Amino acid sequence: MNLKEWIGRKKSNGHPDRLDYNYAFLDEVSKREIRRKTLKAVAIPGYQVPFGSRELPVARGWGTGGIQITLSIVLPEDILKVIDQGCDGSVNAVNIKRFVNVVTGVKITTDTREATLIQTRHRIPEEPMTDKQILVLQVPYPEALREVEPSEAVTRRMHAEADYSRMWLFLYEDIVKFDEITIGYRYPVTVNGRYIMDPSPIPRWDIPKLHMAETLFLFGAGREKRIYAIPPHTPVVPLEFEDYRFRVEDFKGKVCDRCGATDTYLDEIIDDIAGRRLYFCSDTGYCDKRCRR
Amino acid sequence: MKPLLEVRGLTKLFGDGCEHCLPGGVPLDEGNRCSRCGTVVGCGDVSLEIHPGEVLGVVGESGSGKSTLVRLIHFEHEATAGEIFLNNGEAAPAGQNLLRQSSFRQRQVRSRTMGIVYQNPYLGLRMQVSSGGNIAEKLLAAGWRNVSEIRRRASDLLQRTEIPVERMDEPPANFSGGMQQRVQIAKALSNNPQVLLLDEVTTGLDLSVQARVLDLIRNLQRELEIAMIVVSHDLGVIRLLCQRTLVMRYGRIVESGLTDQIFEDPQHEYTQLLVSSQL
Repeated sequence: MNLKEWIGRKKSNGHPDRLDYNYAFLDEVSKREIRRKTLKAVAIPGYQVPFGSRELPVARGWGTGGIQITLSIVLPEDILKVIDQGCDGSVNAVNIKRFVNVVTGVKITTDTREATLIQTRHRIPEEPMTDKQILVLQVPYPEALREVEPSEAVTRRMHAEADYSRMWLFLYEDIVKFDEITIGYRYPVTVNGRYIMDPSPIPRWDIPKLHMAETLFLFGAGREKRIYAIPPHTPVVPLEFEDYRFRVEDFKGKVCDRCGATDTYLDEIIDDIAGRRLYFCSDTGYCDKRCRR
Repeated sequence: MKPLLEVRGLTKLFGDGCEHCLPGGVPLDEGNRCSRCGTVVGCGDVSLEIHPGEVLGVVGESGSGKSTLVRLIHFEHEATAGEIFLNNGEAAPAGQNLLRQSSFRQRQVRSRTMGIVYQNPYLGLRMQVSSGGNIAEKLLAAGWRNVSEIRRRASDLLQRTEIPVERMDEPPANFSGGMQQRVQIAKALSNNPQVLLLDEVTTGLDLSVQARVLDLIRNLQRELEIAMIVVSHDLGVIRLLCQRTLVMRYGRIVESGLTDQIFEDPQHEYTQLLVSSQL
């Protein structure tokens, strides 16, 4: 019996409006806890706020941080979009969006412009977002300094004292070895001139979208039990040197095979039969929209 | 003239202390360990001053609190009591007790005005990171954000400390002890410190290498006019480098004065013992 059948059965039991769980699955106390920690995160941009991560009907590490934030802020009138690596149709995205729909009844969309709440894994939509929207990002590893320091106690002290020379040293050594910064995704950023923050594994392409944005960005790490945020109009600067600038991925000369876009983040796909390299927009919702035009 | 660095009543107790030994630890004539509660006096009521460009020596047997003193000044231990003032315009306004500042502020003061060289290069260097990177770390902490400027500064410092510049991108783990020590010195000097702390820098090096490291330190000190605190149990090193000297025992200063005077005419019985037992 799946969840839908189960709910249907309960309804046919003579309690048509009553479901056996709370609105948005989590109980009110849990949602309040998560909202309180989210508010704290918004108040201290880039600071990782520990929170009591709840059990969900999906394993930790499968987007539970994002799901908990989504569930605790979703309103009945919201329109929800969920994407996984830019894709609206992947298993993870579809399951999360069905789950939220079942437990709240909110409308679902694949259109970035139409959505009021977007949960995403590892991408930011191509279309610019507005101040009426919230983007919830799933985060596997919230600690940007973990690369250079394994101890949580030490990284917390480093954040408290803004002791970031080791992170910078990591970039310097990269330049000495490879003559460029080789971080491809999870590119560390300085938020509001204070905390170094992990922007979740979004490509470098998406980093500039975080800077002085109209939209509120919320980051949830369910397994690591951390929430952090970038409020609207917050300076977000990738770590870079004066003579080794941050740069985004270069897709010069490459075109989306479906919609013909030249200004989007492209996925490279090898055609197994012909052995050709094909490129497609990573943001499928945007690609579909362009195809329909 | 105002001293550059002022330390007043600096005290560090390892342990909670008891009625018998508080405040300030057991009296000097009982040694440095309280017989009732076992609290050890790492540093007891130490006061000192250094003027710009001056070299101050600290001698004493091992366990006398020399290294503890240096690490307290470098904000590595939390002091039990006392005051540290650094009279240097922007980084640390005069009259501000640095021990009462947040660790964030202390880190800022440390990365802008201090350098330290440890006895063991493993404490001061990251052995797996390139030598240039080790120097860069200090510069990055002081806010440098230009790779070619950092590399220019690092190669300049390595040249001065007689490390072949072409080995700049090699990790110190590949170097000999003497070379590692010189990389440490280059790192400590990288941010143009006003105070350089040398903690037993030549201990463990063989004599010819010792001589070269000491030569290097003396030349750099004359050239750059850095104030230094030189900790050593080797009286020869102190006599060579320092104008003034403190003699420590059981965490306390037992005698202080001009280096020559202390060695020629020691007053305290411990100093007399120390001077007479020199080989």
